Amino acid sequence: MSEAARPLVTTRQDDTGIAARIEGSAIGDSVYRWMTTAFALCVPVILILIAIGVGEAAWPAFKTFGLGFLTSSDWDPPHNVFGAAPAIYGTIVSSIVALVIATPLALGVAIFLSEFAPPWLRQPVAFLVDLLAAIPSVVYGLWGIFVLQPFLRDRVMPFLAGLPVVGKSALFEGPAYGPSMLGAGLILAIMVLPFISAVSREVLMAVPRSQREAALALGATKWEMIADAVVPYARSGIIGGIILGLGRALGETMAVTMLIGNVHQISASLFAPGYTMASLIANEFAEATGDLHLSALMAVGAVLFVLTLIVNGIARWLVWRVSREARS
Amino acid sequence: MATMAPAKPSGRGPRPSGVQRAAAERTRTTLGRRRVVNVVMIAVTLVAAVVATLPLVFILWHLVQAGASSINLAFFTQIPKPPGEAGGGMANAIVGTLVLIGAASAFGLPIGIGAGLYLAENRGTMLANTVRFLSDVLNGLPSIVMGIFAWQFLVKPMGKFTALAGGIALGAMMIPLVTRTTEEMISIVPVSLREAALALGYSRWRTSLVVILRTALPGIVTGALVAVSRIAGETAPLLFTVLGNQFWSLSLREPIAALPLQIFNFAISPYDAQHSLAWAGALVLIGIVLIISLAARFATRSRFGHGGD
Repeated sequence: MSEAARPLVTTRQDDTGIAARIEGSAIGDSVYRWMTTAFALCVPVILILIAIGVGEAAWPAFKTFGLGFLTSSDWDPPHNVFGAAPAIYGTIVSSIVALVIATPLALGVAIFLSEFAPPWLRQPVAFLVDLLAAIPSVVYGLWGIFVLQPFLRDRVMPFLAGLPVVGKSALFEGPAYGPSMLGAGLILAIMVLPFISAVSREVLMAVPRSQREAALALGATKWEMIADAVVPYARSGIIGGIILGLGRALGETMAVTMLIGNVHQISASLFAPGYTMASLIANEFAEATGDLHLSALMAVGAVLFVLTLIVNGIARWLVWRVSREARS
Repeated sequence: MATMAPAKPSGRGPRPSGVQRAAAERTRTTLGRRRVVNVVMIAVTLVAAVVATLPLVFILWHLVQAGASSINLAFFTQIPKPPGEAGGGMANAIVGTLVLIGAASAFGLPIGIGAGLYLAENRGTMLANTVRFLSDVLNGLPSIVMGIFAWQFLVKPMGKFTALAGGIALGAMMIPLVTRTTEEMISIVPVSLREAALALGYSRWRTSLVVILRTALPGIVTGALVAVSRIAGETAPLLFTVLGNQFWSLSLREPIAALPLQIFNFAISPYDAQHSLAWAGALVLIGIVLIISLAARFATRSRFGHGGD
């Protein structure tokens, strides 16, 4: 204010004062610029440090076992023989189970919220679903152990095993103890649901109005509009959301550790216990007997790191492409 | 939507031929089927919405049912009793979690906000795009990987588990979230505000820090709270860093107790007394997370309530 009110005719001292101020602000500006740039650079630096740290910790195991580490299913700490195949298998299977259950539900929620729900219902329902993402993993695990697991064992598993044809398949074979791939997959499904539905909702909302109006003008019902005009338009964004959910499921640790049973085995049955990469690391880290055992756990972490890096990269790219298209 | 208007034959033009009538008839029946499909699908999505909210209801209900009875004064003032003994509390774990949140915020917030400022003020540059993409990738990394990272660089060289390592691991998890929300909040500050400050002779850095950052502050606070609520319940990175502690400790250079870690250890223990403490701990943890989430929501709402655009 006072600067603006200053007379236009200035004295010499004012001139030098202004010059000094401009110089000062130039220094301040460059310091500010360097500072924010340094902070911004922290993000790639941290990622690189993570890669180096995990790689370094995993190196002894990879050096000892080579690529066979990924395909071998022997895990024998006393004899220093390690193979991650059961954990990799369990990670993929539990994540697939999670996605198979969560995707239709999440899409249903997203479509309901973006297309059908009356405005007064939209916010509260979206909030409740989003809250699922706020529940800590360990609380899911606790609930899973004491509520979900007994329920699955006593009700769901006998029901599935009793189904005609499907019930006799290898998927639902064997006794129902409780700790199982099914339980882990189900808890993962609940945990990734909010992520998939949030991204899907966003991309569905970003579909231009003209797209909907054109479909309606051609005589489509509301559902036909959604199925033929809205969802195809948002498809790659929705796929991005699903892959994002996959990334979450792959790396989820505590709840899975508490529910999957932690057994090194590859079994086709969803009733059987298993291991995931994350649960293997979490479960055995504290009891790791030797350096190679520890390194083998870190090598599992390295595989998990690379896998989630790829999955997240693809997901972000897909979601970005849609939002860029929507903006242009 | 439920009232089925018959397909309207157009009133104009010559009388429809037999072929046209048959076509209209066909349209009418398929239209009926299409409408049924429409209603069914609306119902299906409604059911999906209901089913998706059920787990939340069940989890909260069980938490209150199983945990509320164990929440008493002792829970907030005592440390855990030896396994198998009844009583005791999680006071040290609650305080430990607060210490960890503080350490993580001290590390993660400045970096996140600084990086967010950079992204908002250097849109479209190569570095900004790269950082934005990488922070999204970082955001999706499993928390257990963060734990390994902190273990390798902090725990291993120091030769012991420390609260500091846990704070760094959690802080690193906060960075991408804080970065992105800060960027978003700063980019919705009207350009005219920046121009006005610059026209008044403010230097660029003062404009950014005093005018822009202050205007975007409520939104940034929201982002910070969301980030805190996300790391408050994190357990996996803590297994590799803070280890847990049965006793009181506030030192950043010692192992520290944490609420999520304590819940985990008690949940997988064989003792009923510890199970009830785990439920109570989970209830308190959820309470903390929900309060922070609601505070975050409230901060944004008041911001938009007071006449933004």
